[in-house]
Amino acid sequence: MPMPIYMDNHATTPVDPRVLDAMLPYFKDQFGNASSRNHAFGWQAEEAVEKARKQVASLIGANSKEIVITSGATESNNLALKGVAEMYAERGNHIITAATEHKCVLDTAKRLEKQGFRITFLPVMQDGLVDLDMLREAITDKTILVSIMYANNEIGVVQPVAEIGKICKERGVLFHSDAAQAAGKVPVNVIADNIDLLSMSAHKMYGPKGIGALYVRRKGPRVQLTAQMDGGGHERGMRSGTLNVPGIVGLGSACEIAQKEMPEESKRSAYLRDKLKDRLLAELDEVFINGTMERRLPNNLNISFAYVEGESLLMGINDVAVSSGSACTSATLEPSYVLKALGAGDDIAHSSIRFGIGRFNTEADVDYVAAKVIQVVKKLRELSPLYEMVKEGIDLSKVQWTAH
Amino acid sequence: MAYSDKVLDHYNNPRNVGSLDKGSRHVGTGIVGAPECGDVMKLQVRVNESTGIIEEAKFKTFGCGSAIASSSLATEWLKGRTVDEALRIKNTDIVTELSLPPVKIHCSVLAEDAIKAAINDYKAKQAGGAAVTPAVAETVAG
Repeated sequence: MPMPIYMDNHATTPVDPRVLDAMLPYFKDQFGNASSRNHAFGWQAEEAVEKARKQVASLIGANSKEIVITSGATESNNLALKGVAEMYAERGNHIITAATEHKCVLDTAKRLEKQGFRITFLPVMQDGLVDLDMLREAITDKTILVSIMYANNEIGVVQPVAEIGKICKERGVLFHSDAAQAAGKVPVNVIADNIDLLSMSAHKMYGPKGIGALYVRRKGPRVQLTAQMDGGGHERGMRSGTLNVPGIVGLGSACEIAQKEMPEESKRSAYLRDKLKDRLLAELDEVFINGTMERRLPNNLNISFAYVEGESLLMGINDVAVSSGSACTSATLEPSYVLKALGAGDDIAHSSIRFGIGRFNTEADVDYVAAKVIQVVKKLRELSPLYEMVKEGIDLSKVQWTAH
Repeated sequence: MAYSDKVLDHYNNPRNVGSLDKGSRHVGTGIVGAPECGDVMKLQVRVNESTGIIEEAKFKTFGCGSAIASSSLATEWLKGRTVDEALRIKNTDIVTELSLPPVKIHCSVLAEDAIKAAINDYKAKQAGGAAVTPAVAETVAG
């Protein structure tokens, strides 16, 4: 078993060797600019890009003409929100999103707010899902866009996207979804889900970093965007810049493999995930799963080990790469805002670990990780004054703590 | 983040983990921090009443590796000191000994607070005779 074990596949994934093989020729021999119209180098590059565009479109049930290549989901989300806001500003100034969105949606929305747009940040329910009635009530005649992610990057919950799409269609509001985590993991279909804009990223599905796409619907309705990058008018004028041909080939290849292997791979990763979950729940008390298990990515487990602080747990399982919602592990020194949004309290966020099972994880990995986590949690609970107090029957919520 | 060897050593082999009888008049207990802040330290000392020397120190900490190491180190330093000497332990001493990075300085501050809280609890017990209060109320602002 190669060590350390990588089980942080929501952060990023390794490039699949098949993807790399597809990309390699486009670095050296077939290096042409896809916009060069008058020689074979350009034609080859363009052909490769158009093939990749079809592969991307196929994964999400779109037409290849609707795929705008970007540098990744962060750019796609920025382009979707800012591009729609600018293009449709005369129609309305209201955008709806949710509290548990990725920072690149939340911070883009906050920037638009500063520029005069009105933003509604919908809270989520305790299970992590958006309340559809609340969404219905939030839509006004000034609403131009609803942006709700497909699946959450921390807790893996899959939003009721088809229902949201239906509501938006009925009310004549554009619907954008950040599918960075969902695409390639669960079936996504922009027609069935009534999605008008959809963000994707290659490196979350075994493709290279620095490449992604934004699906922009062409009919029913035809969505228009104000470009945020000016230049040569690439990508139907929505995103200028010479195309990253090897990256695009990698994105396309990653999409094709994900689509082909999804039925089998989602079963396999759900089996591994459930095995991990069941063992942790069987052998440890006071363990809480964050977010609903009913609607969830098959490879996600986000779990809080009460009375154990996340960073100290990561330190104990240092041959396993996972993430924590603990403040100590974040750049901002704030505990996870996603877990806080579930209303479970900061202490649950501090104690949380996110496991992301990947294509290259084995059952042996899961067995090792489960045993290691159980061992370290037990050790840290021996060290935990909170665990001791709870075992003595003290109600921690009644204790007068000294916040610092 | 890379941890210093000393932090790793205290994390892997924490010294003096455990609890003393918080009801004893020879024992001072300090609990500082809050679960929602991500760290809570419990530090206890057992003092020889006639010499004023700390004969035993125990800790339990909920917190990151640096918080565990800071409190583990504190218990090592407390043993053999008088209560007044104990109060002279500064958080900066802990920072230096463990090579804590700036983002972890609050762990050392918490450890200093825990020492003070434990000593003050002991002193209050001595002054107040048999007045024994629940340990959890014996906290100081951090």
